Amino acid sequence: MADAAPPSKSRDLDKLLLRPGNLVGPTFDPGVQLRDDLQEYARVLVVGAGGLGCELLKDLALSGFKNLEVIDMDRIEVTNLNRQFLFRLEDVGKPKAEVAAKRVMERVSGVNIVPHFCRIEDKDIEFYNDFNIIALGLDSIEARSYINAVACSFLEYDSDDNPREETMKPMVDGGTEGFKGHARVIVPGVTPCFECTIWLFPPQVKFPLCTLAETPRNAAHCIEYAHLIKWDEVHSGQAFDPDNPDHMKWVYDEAVKRAELFGIPGVTYSLTQGVVKNIIPAIASTNAIISAACTLETLKIASGCSKTLSNYLTYNGVEGLHTKVTEFVKDKDCLVCGPGILIELDTAVTLKKFIDMLEEDPKVLMTKASITYHGKNLYMQAPPVLEEMTRSNLELPLYDLMDKTPKDVLHATGTINKDDKKSSGLRKLRVVFKGIDGVTDMDMAGGA
Amino acid sequence: MAEPKTKYDRQLRIWGEQGQAALEKASICLLNCGPTGSETLKNLVLGGVGSITIVDGSKVEFGDLGNNFMVDDSSLGQSKAKCVCSFLQELNDAVKAKFIEEYPEALIDTNPSFFSQFTLVVATQLVEESMVKLDRICRQENVMLIFARSYGLTGLVRISVKEHTVIESKPDHFLDDLRLNNPWPELRGFAEAIDLNVQDPVAHKHIPYVVILVKMADEWKTSHGGTLPSTREQKREFKELLKARMAAMDEDNYKEAIDASFKLFAPQGIIAALKEFIANEGGGEVPLEGSIPDMTSSTEHYVNLQKIYQAKSEADYLVLEERVRNILKKIGRDPHSIPKATIKSFSKNARKLKVCRYRSIEDEYNNPSPAELQKYLTDEDYSIAVGFYILLRAVDRYAANFNHFPGQFVGGLDEDISRLKTTAVSLLNDLGCSGLTLTEDLINEMCRFGAAELHAVAAIIGGIASQEVIKLITKQFVPMTGTFAFNAIDHKSQLLNLC
Repeated sequence: MADAAPPSKSRDLDKLLLRPGNLVGPTFDPGVQLRDDLQEYARVLVVGAGGLGCELLKDLALSGFKNLEVIDMDRIEVTNLNRQFLFRLEDVGKPKAEVAAKRVMERVSGVNIVPHFCRIEDKDIEFYNDFNIIALGLDSIEARSYINAVACSFLEYDSDDNPREETMKPMVDGGTEGFKGHARVIVPGVTPCFECTIWLFPPQVKFPLCTLAETPRNAAHCIEYAHLIKWDEVHSGQAFDPDNPDHMKWVYDEAVKRAELFGIPGVTYSLTQGVVKNIIPAIASTNAIISAACTLETLKIASGCSKTLSNYLTYNGVEGLHTKVTEFVKDKDCLVCGPGILIELDTAVTLKKFIDMLEEDPKVLMTKASITYHGKNLYMQAPPVLEEMTRSNLELPLYDLMDKTPKDVLHATGTINKDDKKSSGLRKLRVVFKGIDGVTDMDMAGGA
Repeated sequence: MAEPKTKYDRQLRIWGEQGQAALEKASICLLNCGPTGSETLKNLVLGGVGSITIVDGSKVEFGDLGNNFMVDDSSLGQSKAKCVCSFLQELNDAVKAKFIEEYPEALIDTNPSFFSQFTLVVATQLVEESMVKLDRICRQENVMLIFARSYGLTGLVRISVKEHTVIESKPDHFLDDLRLNNPWPELRGFAEAIDLNVQDPVAHKHIPYVVILVKMADEWKTSHGGTLPSTREQKREFKELLKARMAAMDEDNYKEAIDASFKLFAPQGIIAALKEFIANEGGGEVPLEGSIPDMTSSTEHYVNLQKIYQAKSEADYLVLEERVRNILKKIGRDPHSIPKATIKSFSKNARKLKVCRYRSIEDEYNNPSPAELQKYLTDEDYSIAVGFYILLRAVDRYAANFNHFPGQFVGGLDEDISRLKTTAVSLLNDLGCSGLTLTEDLINEMCRFGAAELHAVAAIIGGIASQEVIKLITKQFVPMTGTFAFNAIDHKSQLLNLC
């Protein structure tokens, strides 16, 4: 006869982690050891402590993970409270990461969560290398792109250009809008990375300025006229601040005037905020579904206890309920998750010359680049202390700074100028010095 | 307290103040407050439902601390309903939260009238026998019901309501109601007043495409015996005609006209409920919606065009209202028993009305659809999901026989597997699918699950259930029909059309 299990907090998870199965991952090795290793060694970073981040922290804490960290630069607002369930009215104004970490630790004993109240770019790259898995709960394409580039920068390729498994930094990524959302798994070198499928996120459509200025037809046109044209005309030099209620009220009043002038209905304060701040509607249920799907995939990647999502799940609850799994494919020429951008150099090229070259190189197009080599800062643009410390390297040959290694990988972070848009970015550069023994044609053939 | 409008801003943008008011009036009953139930309610409490009543007779055990966020170490040994209720209350003080420490099964058996006080019942982790009984009660009392169950890496969500009607279905993609092929006199008059051959290039490129298409359709009709383009060749020809009228390559309004020309060819739908209107004033059409999409145009043309559509929509609504009042009088009801706002919304959404009907659980179980099941079982995309659907019913039969779920306890797994296999075979037989089998792997997997309620799975199932609850209560958007069979192995979950 079967026995009742001894009382354990892990009662339900144990069924999955301690028992063998056939529909599992290739590395699955069930047992107490697996459960304990998960608790002791698995380190997960949650990026974002908003609608998805709050859910992710709770879900991970109740899925066998004990070492969590969370990074978010935002403070709590009243409009968060309809879904970001770790926050209360009295928390408004406090840093999200700190409150979220505290609340989850209060509820789930034994879990340790380290909060980081800062921008994702403020951490050096090595910070991110410390985690086994990175879970993304973000609402911006730029932030996803940045973390993706960081995670992909750790990926190394062997001499046959095959990705080395021990350097892969898996990510799970979620996103929601109203009743719709997506969850995906990114294993750099295996699945497509965020950049391989960037076309999934088409750029936001902007109204043509001539429509705003000459032929407005709807309320949004009137609002954008007040926001983008009239504001600058009246407030010369003063930047518009979407978080300043006086600014918002001014734009609203101007939009109302313009709408009256043209006989256009529908300008409301709520719509003004929505248009100006590009507010995406958000509800608790969708965030819960998507975050939990991401957490399940995190658990599977870490333990192998089931097959993994391959590799993109969409959820749509607008008309009935539709879920769909799509297996996207890698872009073999991807500049981010590929072997790196190949740059050939003479051994005499100085670090300064190299940084200048990155501005012109059509595959890099990076200004204000900071350069690191195996975690060592060769040149840092900021903060001033580091800039001063590394400035003397600028006049030295890069070849010497790389300990006369004929070919190796460098990381450059800086401003990427692409399609007339500037964004923070990181690029992996595969530098090869010309005329040095050991560099064969085979190496060169790999390309970027 | 925070200004509720600010707190709910991000959801008001989805379901509006009317939807929010419906939520705030709703009273929800939850049966069993494990993680599946707790997570369902969490999402509803955050959104601001009127009241919640939690029914659960169990005490908090060690295992609950590892899967439920609404209990903590200090809850050990206490009523689970009480602990979950007090934590949920913390999330939103505008919600009236209470609990009843009693097992749902007992309540279903001894006090069926208890359920009549609620707008909707969320029943989690119930076995087949209780589901059937509860469903009967809720249908009798006209209370909406939704089942949610998490079980290892699978689970299900199933709505049970006799009939649910939706006026504001708010579909993502819907053909604009422009009446291009059947313009009413005011629209025709507006179009006729605009000269497509105007010499001024600025005026030419600011003629709205609605006007271009109405006029060009007329032109086509006069040279084609009064018919619109119908064959593929004719449609192509029509687009060429539009292209030929462009005065310059950068005329966005003509490009829009070419892209929108399909709106001219698409057939218009007819809603049976509006028979009278359609047969009389509508001239074969439902009431006009009244909104137009943005299009390249001068402000003056656009605003005037919009007024014409709105005026027609308003006129249609007034006629419909008159007819509704008359019908109500005729059938002996208060002619004002249906409010203006409802008729107006109905009139504007006439093409988007939805009716969802759900079979009773008893009917689904007693009259299975073997043809559907067989189709699903042999379809690679569906086989795991439908396999889980069958196994979720098999484990209930198993539990009725052996007083525990397969794999629920440590040890004895092999015996449980062979027993579950036997149970599944006899169930498949009863479902009229005797020739088909489930894979050994899937049966093993179901035993491995051992009725575990994993937090992440519960959060997904609870998340889906709460989203459907919101759709049911706000009467906006279209709730799912069928049984959602969750498959967390590769996420190929499916909506099974069995109810």
